[in-house]
Amino acid sequence: MIALDTVHKTFNEGTINERKALIDINLKLEEGDFVSVIGGNGAGKSTLLNLIAGVYEVDSGHIYFDGIDVTEEKEHKRARFLGRVFQDPMLGTAANMQIDENLALAYRRGKRRSLAWGIRPAEKERYKKELAMLDLGLESRMTTKVGLLSGGQRQALTLLMATIQKPRLLLLDEHTAALDPKTAQKVLELTDEIVKREGLTTFMVTHNMKDAIRHGNRLIMMSAGKIIYDVRGEEKRKLEVADLMQKFQSSAQDAIINDRMLLS
Amino acid sequence: MGIFLAIQGAASQGVLWGLMTLGLFITYKILNFADLTVDGSFALGGSVSAILITSGFSPYLSLVIAFFAGSLAGLVTGLLHTKLKIPGILAGILTMIALYSVNIRVMGQANIPLLGQETMLTLTSSFGLSKTLGSLLIGSIFSAIVIAILYWFFGTELGSAIRATGSNEKMVQALGINTESMKNIGLMLSNALVAFSGALVAQSQGYADVGMGTGTIVIGLASIIIGEVIFGKRFSFWYRLMSVVFGSILYRIIIAIVLQLGMKSTDLKLLTAVIVALALALPVINEKMTRHQKRKINRLQKKTEANKKASIQ
Repeated sequence: MIALDTVHKTFNEGTINERKALIDINLKLEEGDFVSVIGGNGAGKSTLLNLIAGVYEVDSGHIYFDGIDVTEEKEHKRARFLGRVFQDPMLGTAANMQIDENLALAYRRGKRRSLAWGIRPAEKERYKKELAMLDLGLESRMTTKVGLLSGGQRQALTLLMATIQKPRLLLLDEHTAALDPKTAQKVLELTDEIVKREGLTTFMVTHNMKDAIRHGNRLIMMSAGKIIYDVRGEEKRKLEVADLMQKFQSSAQDAIINDRMLLS
Repeated sequence: MGIFLAIQGAASQGVLWGLMTLGLFITYKILNFADLTVDGSFALGGSVSAILITSGFSPYLSLVIAFFAGSLAGLVTGLLHTKLKIPGILAGILTMIALYSVNIRVMGQANIPLLGQETMLTLTSSFGLSKTLGSLLIGSIFSAIVIAILYWFFGTELGSAIRATGSNEKMVQALGINTESMKNIGLMLSNALVAFSGALVAQSQGYADVGMGTGTIVIGLASIIIGEVIFGKRFSFWYRLMSVVFGSILYRIIIAIVLQLGMKSTDLKLLTAVIVALALALPVINEKMTRHQKRKINRLQKKTEANKKASIQ
C-alpha cells in the first residue's frame, strides 16, 4: 500500500556540507504492518519518515500511496493519508486552543475547511468517549487549553488526533524520546492499543532497541542512508538486543552506537 | 465641559479606529504575524472612499469598495510572504511603501477634501446628530456587526484552521491544511477591515490624506495592549474582540486627556511609541522583578537562619 521506489536524498548537494541522507531506498509496507525503524544518529531514519510525510522532496525516485504517485504532492495534500506524531510534544497540538478544538481540527484531516461551525455537538460526545479511553482524565477537561497539559498528556492527545480520522499510515517520529521513562512507557502502550484496535499500518522511528524489538511485527535497521536489515514475523520475535548490536557493528563502518541506545 | 467634549470626540474616533484595531488583532494576535501593511491600507481605504465620493458614488458603496481594495493590499503582502518567502515584516513594509504611491495615484493628488459632499454623516445629521455623535453611532453599529461576524467566522472550520495556523503551523500542515492559504485569507480579512476603517475615518474627518495612515500599526498595537491590560485576556473570544475596540476608545481618551493637559500634538507619536514599548516590555520587567524579590527573600531567610544558629551557639 505504501511503496518507495529507488528513492535518493542528498542534503546540501554540491557544497562542502554535502551529506547523502538516503541512498537507493526500496521499501514496501504491507497492509497492517507495524514497522519499527532503528538506526544511529544520521542513519537516515527520520529523513525517510519526513520524505514519506512530504516535509522534504525526494531528489529522485517515487513514492506511492495505494498506487497513487504522491512524489510531487505537498505535505498538506499527503496529509489525507497520514496520521503523524512528532518527537517534540509541543509540535503535535495547538497550545492556545482547547482540547476539543484540537480534536475537531484533526477530525477534519484531509477535508476541505468550510464555513460550517468548527465543532458539532455530536462530535463532542465522540471526543469524550475517545479521550476517556486514554485514561488520563482529559474527558472532563475538554475546554482546557492544550498548553496547560503536560508533555505526556499532549503526546497522548496527539496520538488520538493522528488516529481519530483513520489514517492509511501512522507515522511516529521518535514520539516517546522526549518523555520521561514512565510516561514513555504509557504512551507506547497506548500506541500499541490504538494500532491494534484500529488495525493501523504503522511506521515507527525509534532510538530504543528494546522498544523496536518489543513493538511491531517488522523491524528495519538503517545505517548511513541504507536499509541494512529487514526482518518480520517469527524471525523478528526471536530478536534480542545482542543480535541487533552485532548487526550494527558488522554492517556499517561509520555507525556509532551511542549511549542512549545502549543504556535504554 | 471642555474635557467632556474632548472625551466624546475621543470615543467617536476610538470606535472608528477600533475597526482598524480589530483588523490588526487578526494578524497580530490570531495569526501571530506583525503586519506593517496597515499603514498603507488604512490610507488606501480613505483614498478609495474619497475619490469615489467626489466622483459621485454613494458613500456606502465607497465603504464596500474600500473594504475590497484593502483585502487586495493584504493579498499582496500575503503572496510576497508565502510565495516569494520574504520575511513577514519586510513583506508588509514593501506593500506599505508601494501603497504610498498607489494612494496618490488613486486620488490623483496628495489629499481630497470632502467638504459639501454626501458622506455617511449626511444621514445622521439629518436626524439632528452632531458630527461627533453621528460618527460614534455609525462606528458603534459597524463595530458591533464586525465583532459578531468575526466571532462567527473564527468559530467555523475555516476560522479554526486560521487560528491554529497562528498557533502551530507544523501541526496544521500535518492535518492537511494549506497554511499559505490560511495566512493569505487572514491578511486579506485584516487589511480589508483596516481599509474599511480608513474609509470611515476619512468620511468622518471630511478629507482623505496620503499621510493619514502613518503610525497606524503602533496605534493599533497600543489599543490592543491597552484593551488586554484593562480588560484581561482570559475570557471568551467575543469578550476579547470587544476589549480590542474598548482599548481603541481608551487610547483616544488617554490622548485627549494628555492634549488637554497641554502636550503638543506633534509629541503624540513619541508618547504612543513609549506606551507600546513599555507594554511590550511589561512581561519581561515583571519576571525580573519577581526573580529579584525571590532572591531577596532567600537572602533574608538565610540571614535569619544564620542568626538563629549564632544565637543558639
